[in-house]
Amino acid sequence: MELLELTALELSAKIRVGELTVREALDAAYRAIELEEPRIHAFVSLCKEQAYAEALSVQERIDAGEELSPLAGVPIAVKDNICTKGVRTTCGSRMLEGFTPTYNAHVVDLLEQAGLVVIGKTNMDEFAMGSTTETSALADTRNPVDAERVPGGSSGGSAAAVAAGEVWLALGSDTGGSIRQPSAFCGVTGLKPTYGSVSRYGLVAYASSLDQIGPIGKNAADCAALYAILRGKDQRDASNMEAEPLDIAAVEGYRLTGKKIGMPREFFGEGLQADVAARVQEAAEKLAGLGAEMEEFDLPVAKYAVPAYYIIACAEACSNLSRYDGIKYGFSAPESEDLRSAYVNSRSQGFGMEVKRRIMLGNFVLSSGYYDSYYKKALQVKRLVQDAFTRAFEKYDMVLGPVYPTTALKRGEGLSDPLKLYLGDIYTVMVNLAGLPAIALPCGADADGLPVGLQLIGKPFDEGSLLGAGRVYQRKAQEN
Amino acid sequence: MEVTRDLVLYLERLARIELGEGERETTQRDLRDILTYMNTLGELDTNGVEPLSHAFPVVNVMRADEVIPSREPAEILANAPNRKGNCFRVPKTVE
Repeated sequence: MELLELTALELSAKIRVGELTVREALDAAYRAIELEEPRIHAFVSLCKEQAYAEALSVQERIDAGEELSPLAGVPIAVKDNICTKGVRTTCGSRMLEGFTPTYNAHVVDLLEQAGLVVIGKTNMDEFAMGSTTETSALADTRNPVDAERVPGGSSGGSAAAVAAGEVWLALGSDTGGSIRQPSAFCGVTGLKPTYGSVSRYGLVAYASSLDQIGPIGKNAADCAALYAILRGKDQRDASNMEAEPLDIAAVEGYRLTGKKIGMPREFFGEGLQADVAARVQEAAEKLAGLGAEMEEFDLPVAKYAVPAYYIIACAEACSNLSRYDGIKYGFSAPESEDLRSAYVNSRSQGFGMEVKRRIMLGNFVLSSGYYDSYYKKALQVKRLVQDAFTRAFEKYDMVLGPVYPTTALKRGEGLSDPLKLYLGDIYTVMVNLAGLPAIALPCGADADGLPVGLQLIGKPFDEGSLLGAGRVYQRKAQEN
Repeated sequence: MEVTRDLVLYLERLARIELGEGERETTQRDLRDILTYMNTLGELDTNGVEPLSHAFPVVNVMRADEVIPSREPAEILANAPNRKGNCFRVPKTVE
């Protein structure tokens, strides 16, 4: 699979100078998928027919001399909660197993305009609720590094597909770590963009004040090229903000010299696997060697981030998922006598256990008598988290820590104890609460050879610094 | 606070979900663990802290007042489990 060893940017360059055709790139991806899928199960659906038709049209545009993008001709995988016209979009749920969107998500339109070709839809935790991809009702995705381990989640299929060399790039979504954590578990690069910087039109909603779509790729340069395509204003997502386009030249020319990076003491405390701590510390030393000034600081609100996150996410989920009623689309339980039993039966049979648990938790924290002490309290903590980061960014250009307390979990390990899994999100959820961008970069392995992820958190809309720092770090790693 | 079986039943009703008997027991245990943990928020003094719903201060997002065609009925109904003509078909709603 020689072609799959190229980066996405290298692949597109070859296609654009006529050394390769889009069709050949697509052939290579589907061959790799055929080879790897029996072991990895990263995909829920493949869309060969549409992809080959699209490849033809992209090739024509390239041959006609149209300047599409630095990623023109590159096949890409899309997480299965992002709507693709004519290709079923299941969200890893029995509820949407038969749902075929009649429209594209805004990001899918952007991919098409830029000349990328969607090859299939990747597996995920049901409705993006989970951190192992095991709550999917449709497929059992394995970690390409060790098939007895989970790929992480919820964008586990996207991270696994890139890590297994089935595809060059993928889209994921991140509500509390769902791009960064699977990227860390599988050893690839993933960017969670600033809240509002990428349109979510056509993204199936989980927790709307936290959800963001972002790229997963082989390295920071590929992620930067894809993010540059995704970022921008779309009328159809009212939370979407006007932002300057990503300055790719600034990412390429980024220097760490004179940059200050803060390391929260709370990110290196109890519960962190020893060799994860060691790898992240070594990465911090490398960044220091490249000119950055590292400094520890206190972030005491970290202790309250996970409970606040789950209260807010579940509250929004219970509201968002009330649309699944078995009437308009999605699973409908047969033989329901009245409207109420049609709702109850469809939801009870259509949703899996983790989704039910989160909907019920959401109902609880919003219910009369508990609203103030849970939901309102969590929104206050959200403010405190944002304030703490605003203060940190008065001193630092970036904040550094691990992505997750451990490396990839064994299959089944997390499912029996939901609370334990929730606690693992300690380093990722604050980013979503405060609306910040963050990147996960591979930084070595633990004693079992499992990848460790480094996280850099940036100022709002400063993805450029994160991608630039990632670029510098990965260039250095390549030299060694 | 105590997570009783009655509370679980109440939440099922609010959520329009009916759990199996085994699921109900597990849920009772899981909700107890999770809510006990969430109660750590009580330690934190948040007096006078303004709740934050949206990460950035965006208000009154307006688009240009242009007519944009809506979707065709056939598109909207394409995924309907049960339809009659251009309508969603539902079980009887009134006696």
